[in-house]
Amino acid sequence: MTDVAETLLEVEDLRVQFGSVDGPVKAVDGVSYSVERGQALGIVGESGSGKSVLNLTLMGLTRFQGARVSGRARFEGRDLLTASDQELRRIRGDDIAMVFQDPLSSLHPFYRVGRQIAEAIQAHRDVSRDAALLRTVELLELVEIPSALERASMYPHEFSGGMRQRAMIAMALANEPKLLIADEPTTALDVTVQAQILELIRRLQGELGMAVVIVTHDLGVIAETVEEVAVMYAGRIVERASTETIFSAPEHPYTWGLLRSIPRLDLPRDVPLVPIPGRPPSLVAPPLGCHFHPRCPYVRDAHRRNDPALEHVPGDPGHEVACLLPAETRRRLWAQLRAGKEPAEARAAVGMGGASA
Amino acid sequence: MLEYIIRRLLWVIVLLFLVSLVTFIVFYAFPSADPALLRAGRQPNPQLVEQIRHELGLDKPWYVQYFHYMKALVLHFDLGRSYQNNIEVKTQIFDRVGPTASLAIGAAVLWLAAGISIGILSAVKRRTVIDRIAMGGALVGISAPVYWLGLVALYLFANDIGKLHVFPGAGSYTPLADDPTKWFTSLILPWTVLAASFAAFYARLLRANLIETLSEDYIRTARAKGLSERRVVLRHGVRSAITPVVTAAGLDIGILLGGAILVETVFNIPGIGRLAYDSIQNSDLPMIQGTVLLGAFFIIFLNLVVDVLYAFIDPRVRYA
Repeated sequence: MTDVAETLLEVEDLRVQFGSVDGPVKAVDGVSYSVERGQALGIVGESGSGKSVLNLTLMGLTRFQGARVSGRARFEGRDLLTASDQELRRIRGDDIAMVFQDPLSSLHPFYRVGRQIAEAIQAHRDVSRDAALLRTVELLELVEIPSALERASMYPHEFSGGMRQRAMIAMALANEPKLLIADEPTTALDVTVQAQILELIRRLQGELGMAVVIVTHDLGVIAETVEEVAVMYAGRIVERASTETIFSAPEHPYTWGLLRSIPRLDLPRDVPLVPIPGRPPSLVAPPLGCHFHPRCPYVRDAHRRNDPALEHVPGDPGHEVACLLPAETRRRLWAQLRAGKEPAEARAAVGMGGASA
Repeated sequence: MLEYIIRRLLWVIVLLFLVSLVTFIVFYAFPSADPALLRAGRQPNPQLVEQIRHELGLDKPWYVQYFHYMKALVLHFDLGRSYQNNIEVKTQIFDRVGPTASLAIGAAVLWLAAGISIGILSAVKRRTVIDRIAMGGALVGISAPVYWLGLVALYLFANDIGKLHVFPGAGSYTPLADDPTKWFTSLILPWTVLAASFAAFYARLLRANLIETLSEDYIRTARAKGLSERRVVLRHGVRSAITPVVTAAGLDIGILLGGAILVETVFNIPGIGRLAYDSIQNSDLPMIQGTVLLGAFFIIFLNLVVDVLYAFIDPRVRYA
């Protein structure tokens, strides 16, 4: 059992379904994880893996789209999923704040940036407009926006992309949240600006002692920002480990694919980037058995029928994986891939035979 | 901004010139009754008709007439006199602006209030019974011709011919200055009838826009801030979705200030629309010119007002 005082957010068997013309879409399909106070967690997955829906649901923001939700999500003991709209409204922007992907479309085009941040303060604190604006300027300084006072009275379209995202972060920090959820916070930004924003989030996390959840499709984004990573595939967590372990000793073939598809400075330059073949599965009718099996180079017959559960990796209590391959085989496969071998070569080397047995 | 407004105002003058010229040409290019003949009375003798023709300047070429007309207008702001009864056009129009403005502005207040609140309610309660009833009603409002609606309203509610004697009926218009209470009650039916189709149109317009706006990212941000749903919808949603409603309202009010012929006719209100209609019947060119110029002025001017309002609604709009 985790210490209640230390666990900030505990999600248990969260499921989210949307109605669609093709039938119910299982956007989130039984996800469990927890976030400790002050911890930084990364949630990684492709588009459509359910990682954004997961966090919007915690905030109650999928309620407006008629989602069917089950499971539990305790935040400081309160269940966010059964909380009334009014209770959730009080938590949103106060205890839990969120930063979104596209900072231009996420700010209201008709209101001054400072006004929008001040509004977040006044939604939760009974302070005068002047006091709220004063605090806003402090916040803009905190996120390193130069000449904050003048900037506060400018409109979003007068800000650059990076500035807008800083403003969004300032807005999220307005009430000193205990948990900051950043959904693809750097995806819409230039590469150099991405690094600045990540550095900013990391610094603020340390200074303010808040927990951070960064949702991204890009393992590179979280490598230096978070302590723990959960990899999502088809609405489920398929692997969870410390960031170091995810990069040094990943266990899931999907994680291997993600790692091989990002550029790395520590590999020889002639090692090509390898995309994961195929497309993310349909969430209306996901594949039977292991959801990853149609794209997995190491698939065995049994994997098409049996659905793997998220289990502890032998020898590492902080590492969980949902894969039907024997742990020993996985380790040998990863050793081969790490040495720059192709999946087919790796398969042969560990004696798995030719194309899927 | 000021420079922009001045430039636009100069364009108003240019446009009014063009409008007057076109009206003149149309009047002479298309067959119409002879104004002199109409003025001469029941059994005119040719001599009298000729004399009238000369007095009115109708024996001169149209461009000479236009020149004289414009000269009087530009130098003395003189719109001439009616061919029909020799009353000054300016005086006549000033007399008629009151009823039309009362009708148009009162109806606009009514349809904006109804259209905006129904539109918001429908968008927020989308796909519920409330939404369906509101949109069903809107469809009826848009489909019903205003003269039919006017006659039905009189048949049901007029205190002379109506089934229920509730409101003053046709021909009861009383100027505001004479008796404010009578003015108000006499306009209740015309306002409602005129506002009905506009309210329906505005409700649909706002509903569609608001539904789209409410799916914007910045609405999600507003909710993520923990704002109340009421504030999210009104301050963040409606603020954006109202823009096309402002445009439509500006243009519609501009058009109506130039005369609401159908409603003025059904309810027998002595407004600009009736004046225009009568002067066309009588081939009364100066009066036609006067009413056309007035209508054109309101439309062009309210267009300008809408454009200027835009800059206040949307900070991204800048004029130079």
